[in-house]
Amino acid sequence: MKSLGSIRRDFAPWNDPNAKPYIQFDKVTKKFGDFTAVNNLSLTIFEREFFALLGASGCGKSTLLRMLAGFEEPTAGRILLDGQDLRGIPPYRRPVNMMFQSYALFPHMTVENNIAFGLKQDGMPKPEIAARVGEMLKLVKLEQFAKRKPHQLSGGQRQRVALARSVAKRPKVLLLDEPLGALDKKLREETQFELMDLQQSLGLTFVVVTHDQEEAMTMADRIAIIDKGEVMQVATPAEVYEAPGSRFVAGFVGNVNMFEGKIAHGEAGAASIDAGNGITIRTEHAGDAATGAAVAFAIRPEKIRISSTRPAGAVNAIEGEVYDIAYLGDMTVYHVRLDDGQVVRASTMNAARITEDPLSWNDRAWVSFRPDAGVVLTR
Amino acid sequence: MSNAAVTAATSSRATAADKSALARLGEAFVGRLVILIPYLWLVFFFLVPFVIVFKISLSQTAIAIPPYTPVLGFGDGLAGFFAQLNELSIDNYTWLTQDALYVNAYVTSVIVAAISTVLTLLVGYPIAYGMARAPAMLRPTLLMLVILPFWTSFLIRVYAWIGILKPEGLLNQLLLATGVVSQPLIILNTYTAIFIGIVYSYLPFMVLPLYSSLEKMDYSLIEAAKDLGCPPTSAFWKITFPLSLPGVIAGCLLVFIPAVGEFVIPDLLGGSQTLMIGKTLWNEFFANRDWPVSSAVAVILLLLLIVPIMLFQRAQARAQEQDK
Amino acid sequence: MNPTWSRFNITSIVLGFAFLYLPIVLLVVFSFNESKLVTVWGGFSTKWYVSLFHNQGLMDATWVTARVAVISATVATLLGTLAALTLTRYTRFKGRTLFSGMVFAPLVMPEVITGLSLLLLFVAVGLDRGFVTVTLAHITLTMCFVAVVVQSRLITFDRSLEEAAMDLGAPPVKTFFQITLPVIMPAIVSGWMLAFTLSLDDLVIASFTSGPGATTLPMKIYSQVRLGVTPEINAACTILIAVVAVGVIIASLANKRREVQRQRDEQAAQRG
Repeated sequence: MKSLGSIRRDFAPWNDPNAKPYIQFDKVTKKFGDFTAVNNLSLTIFEREFFALLGASGCGKSTLLRMLAGFEEPTAGRILLDGQDLRGIPPYRRPVNMMFQSYALFPHMTVENNIAFGLKQDGMPKPEIAARVGEMLKLVKLEQFAKRKPHQLSGGQRQRVALARSVAKRPKVLLLDEPLGALDKKLREETQFELMDLQQSLGLTFVVVTHDQEEAMTMADRIAIIDKGEVMQVATPAEVYEAPGSRFVAGFVGNVNMFEGKIAHGEAGAASIDAGNGITIRTEHAGDAATGAAVAFAIRPEKIRISSTRPAGAVNAIEGEVYDIAYLGDMTVYHVRLDDGQVVRASTMNAARITEDPLSWNDRAWVSFRPDAGVVLTR
Repeated sequence: MSNAAVTAATSSRATAADKSALARLGEAFVGRLVILIPYLWLVFFFLVPFVIVFKISLSQTAIAIPPYTPVLGFGDGLAGFFAQLNELSIDNYTWLTQDALYVNAYVTSVIVAAISTVLTLLVGYPIAYGMARAPAMLRPTLLMLVILPFWTSFLIRVYAWIGILKPEGLLNQLLLATGVVSQPLIILNTYTAIFIGIVYSYLPFMVLPLYSSLEKMDYSLIEAAKDLGCPPTSAFWKITFPLSLPGVIAGCLLVFIPAVGEFVIPDLLGGSQTLMIGKTLWNEFFANRDWPVSSAVAVILLLLLIVPIMLFQRAQARAQEQDK
Repeated sequence: MNPTWSRFNITSIVLGFAFLYLPIVLLVVFSFNESKLVTVWGGFSTKWYVSLFHNQGLMDATWVTARVAVISATVATLLGTLAALTLTRYTRFKGRTLFSGMVFAPLVMPEVITGLSLLLLFVAVGLDRGFVTVTLAHITLTMCFVAVVVQSRLITFDRSLEEAAMDLGAPPVKTFFQITLPVIMPAIVSGWMLAFTLSLDDLVIASFTSGPGATTLPMKIYSQVRLGVTPEINAACTILIAVVAVGVIIASLANKRREVQRQRDEQAAQRG
């Protein structure tokens, strides 16, 4: 199987053993009373990386961000930025800036003054502040809104002011807490690309916290999937999707069909899995699982073909009954109930505008897939 | 400002690390001051006075300035302190229990305050309910109209009722003119006048908490109840009223506690025939100049109110938790 | 929007407000009465207002009251704001329960007790009763009201504003003065106004803690009221009511205008 790289082909410092880590979480634990928000977590982020922390709410991802910003101190462990231990450094002396989920725009200040706030704290000379503010306003295309107060702006404009304010100081790292959470879907998609362009043009390191996997997949160079204060997997979006490291990650990102079973017969790079009820799955991706090991076979719905007869020459084909059909416009999702009761999702792109659907509810149908279409998960 | 902070601000030789450490020390000191200043103020002007009241309530009346003896203190060392302890007496308290006047005054005050509280609730609830159901546009104005009298002087509002309630006052003129009564009603200088005065003066204190709990209530709850077959009156008692209970409790405590110790209303509207403890304390102090006895009166009054005051505080704390 | 603003609701509001305002209206009306008999209408006149301004005792008391109110409201606003900050920001320190008790108790404490205890304190420390003692007493009482007003604003204050300021390089004290204080300023102003009017209106605590030469207006009015209802007192009361009412109405109208403007701005912003 080919290695799954980053979107930016020339940018992959995590594969370079000599690359110097920029941000390091070193065995960090954070407890609030009895509750452990972050549990002995280690993580490395590189310079100029667009890094996403993805997880459900309450998984500890925001706590990680707040520890980096300095609003919380780790209970144990170290956080290093560019080799410097951040312990004890208050937020107002850290070379990182944050864009808040609520934007936290100062309601009593104009857009300009909001953006200038951080620069004034540094004692920057007035003409320079004015120039930098102008530059920032231009960057986020809000030149004619300089004199407005936050409540006179729309949600999207507020978001851009917050962004301009947090990058105005040219921080080493920009932290973004659910930066697009408050925007509606259409605006969110546009803004995703704007954020990526901005990160490229400013050459900053971005650490973004999000619960929206699509957002993380679109924007990030790498994604860390966090659950219960621990890192489940750190990988590029393509790796996370196509080569999830565990059942949790496979289920968390995207849709997946999961067959639990045992390795019946394994050899290098290939195996057959006994999934019970007479179902045997042949796969070319068995990893290092030994014969007899309990594993899960995970396969994405779009990698499953559905047909009314058994396709000739198919290595893996299982019969069942069409149980549900969902027409989504760009694709159609079929739910097929296998004879053992398990339901398999299969999706088909609607490439042609008008197609005669040969399958209907309660029809017998075959689901089939290639031996390299799924992954074997041991964890 | 602390020395540390001043040093941090002025010293140019301090290294960056020193500066940040000192500045942080300064900030911690400022944080401490935020707590300490109001804390010490309240300890000195609110808590210590109660200790003094308690101490003087154990002293003897004397014709002197100040008119009591002894003054308990540590002036003569610990031995002197214990010697003084022997001179303290609970005579004032014995006196309070033996004189029917005081016992009556306490009992009457509590009863008058309780009745007035119930009356205020009965008058205030429909007003608060009507306000909470008013069109959203109108609500801020109505709210301001309820608060406005609260900003005008308590004394003036009580005074206004004298002209209305007295035998030749406006109310009697109206009743006589319309032929409702043939003889002027005697209302001023009776307990009725006190009830009217308390209900009138404390009405905003009842309406505001009631309104805020009723206004928060989701109207669809009532619709759901009706949809499930509950008639309107029953929906009120089963849904609206229980949900407004925090407001009812807060309002009742806000009226009851100060009403027990009320002075201006019984003095101006109740006349000499009515008996309430606030007035008794005032007379004991200003007319009889008996500081020890009035202190004892205050101590007992405080003991009487300590449970309602603690309930009030608990309710406040709980409301605050909910707001968070 | 309001399916049940019934006739019953409207009636109870109308009757309630009539009850609240009628006595005050009558008091004001009879301050313009020609007759010395307060309750018998004898024609329109402003003579009681004229005689008011020639009453030196009343004018002196007014001056004392105004000074006490301004000074005590200002100090109380400072202390009350600190107390509110303590209550909302420092959730764990020794004696917090006692502290919140001392803030909330004066709100409901019968005034006779507060007045008596403060007087005994002043006697114990040998402070002569007068202007200073009344002011100290009023600060103590009104700071608790300020604390409650400011505290309720601080509870809903978005802490991420402060975090944002610190994140942008402002140390805590600077953050407080540049961000927190301006944002909660409206609450602090209404706290001051409340403290001012409470001080202006107080009779009981002032009677206990004041001494010769520091008679406040309510004390003066009270001593005359005890002698009977006179049109001159009605006139004095009317002026007091007018001052407070005008102040409150102006403040709330300004508030409302700001609010309306804000809503209009927000709608405009949403449209584009």
